[in-house]
Amino acid sequence: MDKFDVASSQKYDVYASRLLPKEEYFVGGHRSCQGCGEALAVRWVCKAIGKDAVIAHATGCMEIVSSGFPQTAWVQPWIHVAFENTAAVASGLEAGYKILARKGKLPGRPPKVVAMAGDGGTSDIGLQALSGAMERGHDFTYICWDNEAYMNTGIQRSSSTPYGAMTTTSPPGKRSIGQATWKKNMVAIAVAHGIPYVATACPSYLFDLYFKVKRAVETPGPAYIHILSVCPTGWRSATDLTVRLGRLAVETGVFPLYEVVDGRYHLTIDIPKLRPVKDYLKLQGRFRHLREPEIDFIQRQVLAHYDLLLKKCEAPYPEFPPLSQTEEGE
Amino acid sequence: MTKPLEDFTWQEIELGGILREPGSARDYKVGDWKSQHPVWTKSHCIRCGVCWTVCPEGAIIEEEGGYFDVNLDYCKGCGICARECVIGCISMVTEEE
Amino acid sequence: MAKRVGIEVSLAVSHAVQLARAEAIAAYPITPQTHIVEHLSSLVANGDLEAEFINVESEHSAISACIGTSAAGARTYTATSSQGLALMHEILFIASAMRFPIVMTVANRALSGPLSIWNDHSDIMAARDIGWIQVFVQNGQEAFDHSIMAFKIAEHRRVLLPMIVNLDGFILSHVVEALEFADQDTVDRFLPPYSPWHQLDPKKPVTMGAFGMPEVFAEFKMKHQVTLMNSYDQIMKVWQEWGQLTGRAYHPVEHYKTDGAKILLLTMGCLSEVAEIAVDELRAAGQPVGLLKLRLWRPFPFAALREAVYGAELVIVCDRALSVGGAGGPVLSEVRSVLYPVVPHPKVLGYVIGLGGRDVPPEAFKEIFFQAQAEAEQEPSEEFYMYGVRG
Repeated sequence: MDKFDVASSQKYDVYASRLLPKEEYFVGGHRSCQGCGEALAVRWVCKAIGKDAVIAHATGCMEIVSSGFPQTAWVQPWIHVAFENTAAVASGLEAGYKILARKGKLPGRPPKVVAMAGDGGTSDIGLQALSGAMERGHDFTYICWDNEAYMNTGIQRSSSTPYGAMTTTSPPGKRSIGQATWKKNMVAIAVAHGIPYVATACPSYLFDLYFKVKRAVETPGPAYIHILSVCPTGWRSATDLTVRLGRLAVETGVFPLYEVVDGRYHLTIDIPKLRPVKDYLKLQGRFRHLREPEIDFIQRQVLAHYDLLLKKCEAPYPEFPPLSQTEEGE
Repeated sequence: MTKPLEDFTWQEIELGGILREPGSARDYKVGDWKSQHPVWTKSHCIRCGVCWTVCPEGAIIEEEGGYFDVNLDYCKGCGICARECVIGCISMVTEEE
Repeated sequence: MAKRVGIEVSLAVSHAVQLARAEAIAAYPITPQTHIVEHLSSLVANGDLEAEFINVESEHSAISACIGTSAAGARTYTATSSQGLALMHEILFIASAMRFPIVMTVANRALSGPLSIWNDHSDIMAARDIGWIQVFVQNGQEAFDHSIMAFKIAEHRRVLLPMIVNLDGFILSHVVEALEFADQDTVDRFLPPYSPWHQLDPKKPVTMGAFGMPEVFAEFKMKHQVTLMNSYDQIMKVWQEWGQLTGRAYHPVEHYKTDGAKILLLTMGCLSEVAEIAVDELRAAGQPVGLLKLRLWRPFPFAALREAVYGAELVIVCDRALSVGGAGGPVLSEVRSVLYPVVPHPKVLGYVIGLGGRDVPPEAFKEIFFQAQAEAEQEPSEEFYMYGVRG
């Protein structure tokens, strides 16, 4: 068989699924809602990071559904400490393994350290710890499960909730159209730290996600992956539409799939002709209250953001200069 | 099989509440949440495995001959597999009371 | 061989941590803890301590990263003060519940507001219930000794709890004292390398930090409670062992001139040294006074305290923190509660002193002594007394 990579996954078309690893690291018996896009993402991320990884997980949906004493859905070594400090815990793990390796107390390669948190745990309460960990340059991968609100506590808005969405704390009303702010751009924030690998992903594009995660854990230094995770409960969508909605988010340009490698943007899933955002919005109850003018506004904004992203992808220069090598022998 | 929560004494809580059996959630059968479950029409199935990739529960298992079926202990009946099947050979069947 | 050196106490603590061969340090600068971590980072930078120093972006991340390094299996140390300890607050409970033997120095300082960088115990008293082992020291030698012993206590298989060594900010952390260093061989023999009992290792995967339903939460807490109380025996053993090595003996409640004393002052931390001067002078004047110094704060030394007050008629508790709207200082509340079942139990009066760096000279203790003596002869006029407050 050819090397299993993005190219081969395309060559084998739908049968490429057959090439993916069978072993499960996030096992059935976890208590996510029906049709949980986040659980689906976790399942594949855990396969991609493999068995030699250690996971630090934030408080949130995936923590609660998977780790009620005395049972765990996790197969890899896993630690949950609190909500906002996952990147700091991961920093400690990475530094801990590093010193043990240096002192010869750790046989073999140090485990890959992977931090995981939801969008609230990442873009709101966990942002400071994440910024610190990225700035310090720890060799770790941070995965954000973005289901676009605080779903675990009952669908409250976060800074990652999209414009117009109804949540329990951004309800539409006489003086409100729902969420009044545009989704925070966590990817740009990660890129601004000058880290070597940043990407967006969605389990609806499984191979794209799988290989991005593999690349992220293999990249020395910090890597950040922002994964759109469809939430039927919070988005008020049909449970069987989870994968379809993820695909529509990409096809409409609402959630483009791209990588930023050493500061250079490029699209990994190119959508030559974007579908209207309406196709995506209309399947979700959280947008049901929106009228034409708001939908038009969202459409214009999505296109404007997408255009800017394309310009970044075409830019002849990276977002930050490459780290110059120390001159030796001078 | 882990015992019921209310049977744990404080002496039995491991140091730091650590759990030493990876994947022990398998003991928890979420299958009774569902109101429907998938059924494959094998004669149409092309054995691609897409259904297996899209299941959030990892409940779809490969059978002999490369066909797929569902482990009803873990299937929550979301219907993603049926929706995503490239051939349309999976149908969701309502649970009988 | 032990050698005698004159050194700033903060630096002595850093050297104790170096001698203990700490492997991971995560810290954020806060006055007056800074000299400890500055010196440690230079020891690491110069290769004099083989460790990872994580310059975290907050104390919240400092303690979180310490949980990470400890979970990886590394011997872990941090230091903080005041607002820093307060910022760590929620994670402190988790560190002990998850049984990570992190050692932390708290250079005690007032909590805002108003902002005050100066010394009292309001930071640590707000963290009274975090489930860590906690000791107080009164001079540089004690700070040095306890910083080494803390690792041995915390990491013991039957303990595995984090431990705080409290030392007073500035008035202890920043003074230069002559103290006896231990050499590396002695410390190595005393403190073997850390071999973790629970760690995150792909070869033996475990889940840490599972959540507890109402059916088991209290059982988790009971386990923690019993473990912390049982750590007392191990603490005594380690102190004795260190005593045999160095000739310096430590006790959960230290006594100073308590023989025949009818009135006992009770202090914590380095104001004890000032109180000793007052006791000397009062004794010289014929007053039946002695001093108790509460060294071990958690687990609370119930039996040792009850034994220590035997025969006393009045105990004057000097708190360096105020429970606003409550029963005075936290030490007063606890001492009163612990002594209540003693029959006959002495009167217990409380004074809140030295808040936010207010100087407490020996005369203050003398004045408190006479005031308390008078108050005890009648119905006390207050629930507790704020000493030296104008107006």
